[in-house]
Amino acid sequence: MIPSEFEYCRAGSVEEALDLLAQKGPDAKILAGGHSLLPAMKLRLNSPGAVIDISGIGELSYIKEEGSHLVIGACTTHGDIAKSTLLSEKIPMIVEAAAEIGDVQVRNKGTIGGSLAHADPAADWPASLLAGEAEIVLASSSGERTVAAVDFFQGLFTTDLGENELITEIRLPIPDAYTKSTYVKFEQPASRFAIVGCAASITRSNGSCDKVRVAFTGVSSTPFRDQAVEQALEGQAPSDDNIEAAAEKAAMSVEVMGDHFASQEYRKHLAKVYARRALQAVLS
Amino acid sequence: MGVPISVTVNGQHRESEVDSRTLLVQFIREELRLTGTHVGCDTSSCGACTIIMDGKAVKSCTVLAASANGSDITTIEGLAQNGELHPLQEGFKEEHGLQCGFCTPGMIMTAVQLLEDNPQPSEAEIRHGLEGNYCRCTGYHNIVKAIYHASRKYKEVSHG
Amino acid sequence: MIQCKTSKEIGGMGHSMRRKEDARFIQGKGQYVDDIKLPEMLYMDIVRSPFAYAKITNINIEKAMALPGVLAVITGKDLEQYNLHWMPTLMSDTQMVLPVDTVMYQSQEVAAVIATERYIAADAVELVEVEYEPMQPVMDPYKAMEADAPVLRIDKEGKTDNHIWHWEAGDKEATDRIFDDAEVKVKEQMHIPRIHVASIETCGCVANYDKVNNHLTMYMTTQAPHAIRTVIALVAGHVGLTEEKVRVISPDIGGGFGGKVPVYPGYVIAIAASFLIGKPVKWIEDRSENLQADSFARDYHITAEMAGTKDGKILATRFKLLCDHGYTDAAANPSKFPTGLFSICTGSYDYGHSYAEADAVYTNKPPGGVAYRCSFRVTEAVHAIERITDCYAQEINKDPAQLRFDNFINKDQFPYKSALGWEYDSGDYHQGLQKAMEVVGYDDLRKEQAEKRARGELMGIGISTFTEIVGAGPSREFDILGIKMFDSAEIRVHPTGKAIARFGTKSQGQGHETTYAQIVAEELGIPAEHIQVEEGDTDTAPYGLGTYASRSTPTAGAAAAIASRKLREKAKKIAAYLLEVSEEDLEWEPGKFFVKGAPDKAKTIQEIVFAAYTNHPQGMEAGFEATHYYDPPNLTFPSGAYICVVDIDKETGEVKVRRFVAIDDCGHIINPMIVQGQVHGGLTQGLAPALYEELIYDEEGNILNGTFMDYLVPTAVESPSWETGHTVTPSPHHPIGAKGVGESPTVGAPPAIVNAVVDALSHLGVTHMEIPITAPKVWKILKEKGAL
Repeated sequence: MIPSEFEYCRAGSVEEALDLLAQKGPDAKILAGGHSLLPAMKLRLNSPGAVIDISGIGELSYIKEEGSHLVIGACTTHGDIAKSTLLSEKIPMIVEAAAEIGDVQVRNKGTIGGSLAHADPAADWPASLLAGEAEIVLASSSGERTVAAVDFFQGLFTTDLGENELITEIRLPIPDAYTKSTYVKFEQPASRFAIVGCAASITRSNGSCDKVRVAFTGVSSTPFRDQAVEQALEGQAPSDDNIEAAAEKAAMSVEVMGDHFASQEYRKHLAKVYARRALQAVLS
Repeated sequence: MGVPISVTVNGQHRESEVDSRTLLVQFIREELRLTGTHVGCDTSSCGACTIIMDGKAVKSCTVLAASANGSDITTIEGLAQNGELHPLQEGFKEEHGLQCGFCTPGMIMTAVQLLEDNPQPSEAEIRHGLEGNYCRCTGYHNIVKAIYHASRKYKEVSHG
Repeated sequence: MIQCKTSKEIGGMGHSMRRKEDARFIQGKGQYVDDIKLPEMLYMDIVRSPFAYAKITNINIEKAMALPGVLAVITGKDLEQYNLHWMPTLMSDTQMVLPVDTVMYQSQEVAAVIATERYIAADAVELVEVEYEPMQPVMDPYKAMEADAPVLRIDKEGKTDNHIWHWEAGDKEATDRIFDDAEVKVKEQMHIPRIHVASIETCGCVANYDKVNNHLTMYMTTQAPHAIRTVIALVAGHVGLTEEKVRVISPDIGGGFGGKVPVYPGYVIAIAASFLIGKPVKWIEDRSENLQADSFARDYHITAEMAGTKDGKILATRFKLLCDHGYTDAAANPSKFPTGLFSICTGSYDYGHSYAEADAVYTNKPPGGVAYRCSFRVTEAVHAIERITDCYAQEINKDPAQLRFDNFINKDQFPYKSALGWEYDSGDYHQGLQKAMEVVGYDDLRKEQAEKRARGELMGIGISTFTEIVGAGPSREFDILGIKMFDSAEIRVHPTGKAIARFGTKSQGQGHETTYAQIVAEELGIPAEHIQVEEGDTDTAPYGLGTYASRSTPTAGAAAAIASRKLREKAKKIAAYLLEVSEEDLEWEPGKFFVKGAPDKAKTIQEIVFAAYTNHPQGMEAGFEATHYYDPPNLTFPSGAYICVVDIDKETGEVKVRRFVAIDDCGHIINPMIVQGQVHGGLTQGLAPALYEELIYDEEGNILNGTFMDYLVPTAVESPSWETGHTVTPSPHHPIGAKGVGESPTVGAPPAIVNAVVDALSHLGVTHMEIPITAPKVWKILKEKGAL
């Protein structure tokens, strides 16, 4: 399997990448880790005229605390995120999601920005970014804008990313000390993508669940926050019954996908099971 | 359209000009004629093409040769030093960690990073670390033992 | 517990000698077919059909030919001029090399592009414009057998249905009578699904035709290089490629498992291209092509029945098969065995009556029927008997281990004539199962299961006690395209006492370079380290039928022992001459002949060999070499007792293999380390179809999992740590008492796993689960049975 021919452009900086993007037009694709784009190009599902390689842009690879946010550069690899002690302390579900992606080689090369731009409905990232109320920073030659994760994912392989835009950063509000989070996943056995991936983040106070964020990937063609589950548990005590009742509401509001790995019915069932497991893990 | 690249492979500096779409594995196998790195699939699944690139195990079928510019690469051919087998090579032979040998270079290169990151891994950690490498012959049992074998050797070395 | 007759230095049988071949593999110096690069080599890539069944109305090659670097685009019409557009299959059916007017399955070869570079060839494939008129494919073998089903093979004159052949074995009437009168009858419908060997190296070749010398060298991923040479000569002799002009070289092979036995169209097209262009042509498949178009394995629909008494005595079995072969019967079986060795289905049990019948059918799926790590349909047979035996135990509420003990063929009954006519050579089934039960702690596990069941947890214990049939085979019955299934060894010992040994087989990872050397070392006392083993080059190796069906040790391994013994006879004569005694006065111990009662008066094998070149007795032929073509008197019948323990996650339906104990009996063991490695690998290839693997097609004939992104090859994470052991019941007719082993675990493991899962669910009334037992399947059945 061999990609079609294309023009290769190496960008040394974000600015250069944006210039190239503007120059080459809609036929250009950004290459970061290459682990979403190159497989598609090898199968010739995607044959861009130009490839703008941003893998060498060191300034896009970082994990740092910036005021009330943790910020992750778009070219940071899944592997680096999985190993981040900073993230592990503050928002564990992010680290857990990173560690669930593919395999070690894939995590060594694949980047968070690349995965988000590709927007595979079974990718691991969206669930924890939705539950973590992340924002995604998009840059173009005309400036920068920030979009909430919930608005970024628009459908099957479809996002809010404009043709001349580049994902530069993912911003996550740092939750308070009473917040716990996790990411759990039932994987497609061959590809290791998520059949159901569920992230849960819960802030507790005075024995009740103050703020509950639950999000899914893999279940529907667009990853989503499941407000029915969230609302069922918010303000409630974290008892087994309450958790069970909240989990029962999972995936009720979406069109659930079905394929030969998991029928609609089975996926829906798994969503409930994994919602419960995620909630239990956070509240245990 | 040629893209000039400069890489270090197994300690040797290499300058070349590659086609924009040349995959790194193709460059290593066809241009450098280091044919120990294999291709077993077209979906970044099997890991037979695994090399060490800037200290990390990478599937060279999913990297453009052009993107590898400036990197330091080790392939299976570069693992033995001064005629001494690497402990992992030793371990694979000693514990019968290979049969047809096709997945072996990729397995060993993945294990190189595994032991770098975690010199004394548990069985579960070894198995998890090999998730991106398929083997059809061995049932993995002896591959796990081979890596464990090498990890003991690491221990001996580090404890002098 | 294995007694070695030779010292470690000699390294004969029983030593866990480290593999000689490993040095190159661990250093990246293996030489696989894609590593070969010849001067002026061209590359071939293949245009494949997106439809499962379609008429080809036009192929336009203009755009492809216009691409710089493209030398040729070959279509069926081009091959038709040389009468090379169809080729025979091993089962005397016909298969298209390239279609002239119709494609019969998705991903079938439609045209081939030859270009100066691999990447250009891939580009040109996209530029070949093919116009299709799609037709409704026939995907369901049962529907294909219906009277009004469209006839697929209209190329065959007079063909009015999709039926390929009917086969039967056993006494139908007598068996039916037992069933009519039996106290207990159980019946289960099973599908052994279509799967793929998916060796990590795909298939490929470099065809190098030298116009000047009219000579073809074919580097090729083949498990049977000699047979391939003959086939090439038979097919292309009329264009001048007679057998002495063809050299087939099978380099290092990255796993075969049966998938590298057939001749695929790609090989033939590459030869044709090299022949026409006069340059070497390389063709290497992609993984997707490999999964989608190369020979599948299995795809048998089986109805299995067992009759017995209510206290647990098996009386008879019946099997009815529907075999889906795709659009042509390209199975890799011995000629007289359309269902392979399925008739081993009577199993390890002593009963008098069985009847089996099979019908094969054409569908719009890829052709094949290779024996994925299996001696010709033994996997299907073992699955049927081991499953139905458990169904019987469940029906009469008897422990499945006890039921097996009560029905095993006793060790003193061997040689044992089975109800379907095989003569089992040897076995000790009671000992095997006893040992497996001790290792696994069977009684404790049953207690644990009862406790867990009371708590609502799902845990199961599954047994499989199988008999394999390997080492084809005796020439009176076994041939492939008329060539008898013997195999060969040629041993040449050099003056300094080091040797080269060549064989008609071809290792694909089995370790022949080590084990064959050990057999020769055992027999001649020359250290295995000093015996170079060579296979795979038809110019140098003696003729043989190749490596598959666990036949290397039973055939070529036997040939090695007998050729060595011929040499030992010669050595004895030379020793007698050198020591000036009569042959009767000499005694052998590994490595030397000595005079009885005077062990100091001795000649080492090295001294003797040196004398064969420097000081041989007058009248004796000089030199020290021997060849043997071994025609086995019978097959060998390895056996095993496997016990699997599974835990099931009730919520998700996931099955986790907690433990797996495999006690194998392959007779005398040549290299325990290698045998154990073969068992590990085979078990994992048994786990794979039991829980994960299946090629899935939709009604339109589209393959739904034709890449590694959706066809799961188990990784180290899915695979458990295997617990292995053995019993030793030598084969009485094999020169070294060995039996084949590489495939036993693939054959024996799936029913053990299924039996464990069914055992975990038996209290819910579950009697059978179809493989692969995926999580959703388990969840669905739990839901149906109201267990959630």
